[in-house]
Amino acid sequence: MSPRTLYDKIWDEHLVATRADGTSLLYIDRHLVHEVTSPQAFEGLVLAGRPLRRPGQILSVADHNVPTADREKGIADETCRLQVEALEANVKAHGVPYIPLLDDRQGIVHVVGPEQGFTLPGTTVVCGDSHTSTHGAFGALAFGIGTSEVEHVMATQTLPQRRSKNLRVRFEGALPPGTGAKDMALRLIGQIGTAGGTGCVMEYTGPAVRALSMEGRMTLCNMSIEGGARAGLVAPDDTTFAYVAGRPLAPKGALWDAAVAHWRTLVSDSEAAFDQDVVVDLRDLAPQVTWGTSPQWVTDITGRVPDPAQARNADEREAILRALDYMGLEPGTPMEAIDIQAVFIGSCTNGRIEDLREAAGIARGRKVAQGVRALVVPGSGLVKRQAEAEGLDRIFLEAGFEWRQPGCSMCLGMNEDRLEAGVRCASTSNRNFEGRQGRGSRTHLVSPAMAAAAAVAGHFTDVRRLEIRS
Amino acid sequence: MMPFTTLTGIAAPLLRANVDTDLIIPKQFLTTLVRSGLGRHLFHELRYSPEGRELPDFLLNREPYRKATILLSGPNFGCGSSREHAPWALLDFGIRCVVAPSFADIFFNNCFANGILPVVLPAESIARLAAEEGLLTVDLPAQTVSGASCGFRFEIDPTRKATLLEGLDEIKRSEANLADIEAYEARRRVEAPWLVLGGR
Repeated sequence: MSPRTLYDKIWDEHLVATRADGTSLLYIDRHLVHEVTSPQAFEGLVLAGRPLRRPGQILSVADHNVPTADREKGIADETCRLQVEALEANVKAHGVPYIPLLDDRQGIVHVVGPEQGFTLPGTTVVCGDSHTSTHGAFGALAFGIGTSEVEHVMATQTLPQRRSKNLRVRFEGALPPGTGAKDMALRLIGQIGTAGGTGCVMEYTGPAVRALSMEGRMTLCNMSIEGGARAGLVAPDDTTFAYVAGRPLAPKGALWDAAVAHWRTLVSDSEAAFDQDVVVDLRDLAPQVTWGTSPQWVTDITGRVPDPAQARNADEREAILRALDYMGLEPGTPMEAIDIQAVFIGSCTNGRIEDLREAAGIARGRKVAQGVRALVVPGSGLVKRQAEAEGLDRIFLEAGFEWRQPGCSMCLGMNEDRLEAGVRCASTSNRNFEGRQGRGSRTHLVSPAMAAAAAVAGHFTDVRRLEIRS
Repeated sequence: MMPFTTLTGIAAPLLRANVDTDLIIPKQFLTTLVRSGLGRHLFHELRYSPEGRELPDFLLNREPYRKATILLSGPNFGCGSSREHAPWALLDFGIRCVVAPSFADIFFNNCFANGILPVVLPAESIARLAAEEGLLTVDLPAQTVSGASCGFRFEIDPTRKATLLEGLDEIKRSEANLADIEAYEARRRVEAPWLVLGGR
């Protein structure tokens, strides 16, 4: 057999049929479902009289609409409550496994799936959510789909697909102190642009990727979609297996041994051909901060807001001018001179235990600056419990952060965690689009450490100058 | 799904890059349980003041674009969130065709599931179409977009084209492979037994 990439191998293993027109039917092993993108899919199945083919291969949980404070009192917003109730009714009617809102395991789908061992190496994972790319950290082919495709998977456990291109990202060098997976992702997106990976599956390679924890790999793969790629991949290794071992839905005993033996073959062959190669040099990597309304508009913390006059063409100049106007920024302003009023630490990008440890290392013994509102929202109830066992909640609370219940929260503000117009936020989330965190809100994407540093300084500041306390 | 063959209509030029799905339909409208009714919220934050008044300068609040059925835009249209509410909102407003130099992958797929034709043309061609006076005609069988003084041919995957022309139910197409799906599942239970979860 000719040399294949990791993507090729997973594709080949999931090929159900190739049709006369050349399109392929791909089998879907795992389907994550949440309340926002599923109601119309369930409705469509019922209207067509179609049963769910494999309800046991679904894991469902409400995350987008859920309150992150006083959850025990129910959901105050009526439309949010109705949507969560619709999910509960649908999963009950169709026999779909569901994690209830007040269960300790509840959380953001992309945190819960890996935590439960639902996400496994070599699987195909889909969800009506673009950040499904997160699960690529396990060497799973994982991508976001629309609601019609959610319905398609529920009915057939397959999706018609066209093969993506193979893009290899080679990170060269080791991560410098003060930087992490979020900075790697933002640097990459800044380099290739927000559409740089369109039509591709990106495989992340290099010693810095190997050195990342599973949490870091999930952060990196999560942001693949912000670089235009529906899916990102990291080949599974001992770090992966150590994370998966013993999780509730992971295989056990002899099945585990057989699984690991197979998973070890899930690497790109050394001679495999990639359609594109991108090299990202990490040796001069500094903590990253976005300044605009697209994740590609990013710079070093030591950098400045760009001058539209330096744009490559008229279209880019106009786009930068519009972004600076929306963001309320002047060209040439040093990033460290930009004041913030809000901080959000959480999301499927950076809401895991390691992210909270990183932020707590900065928050410990310091105080949130006057006039800054800072939220910490764990990615799941299990992350919250772990953090509390380690005393991280005390560190945050004593520093003046709010300690919340798990959910998507201010990443997109579908619940009440929204920003007012003009409020500037250092956010560990994934999108800085216009209006993303609330109409007129101004989002700057950063790592958890940089968000915590901004919270205590009241403006963006170079986390490399702060002592990390543990 | 509504078939798409030809369309003659008003084309609204929203010529900016990276129009994301948050911009097309913001979060506060995603709590809906149905597919319909999102048209009045299309581009909500560009279209209405915080108090809910129409912003007269915005393209879709001006004549003749209130009745646009074609949208012309910049590269990477539909990036970001996978929300199918974006094509639902476009469709409910009356947009059946989006012409852009490139599209984000998930949005592109979602269009076909809803009878919307995403047309890829070079930015220069789109600029010329935007400068046309009068209506544009999109002809899917002929694969052309044209106005009074210019016309351009576009490429489209033949399967995608057939799906739109006939308004095919994609699920029904996959159900035709039921025997293949069953054979695959039986084989996988032997080859990769660790993947078996509970359920039917």
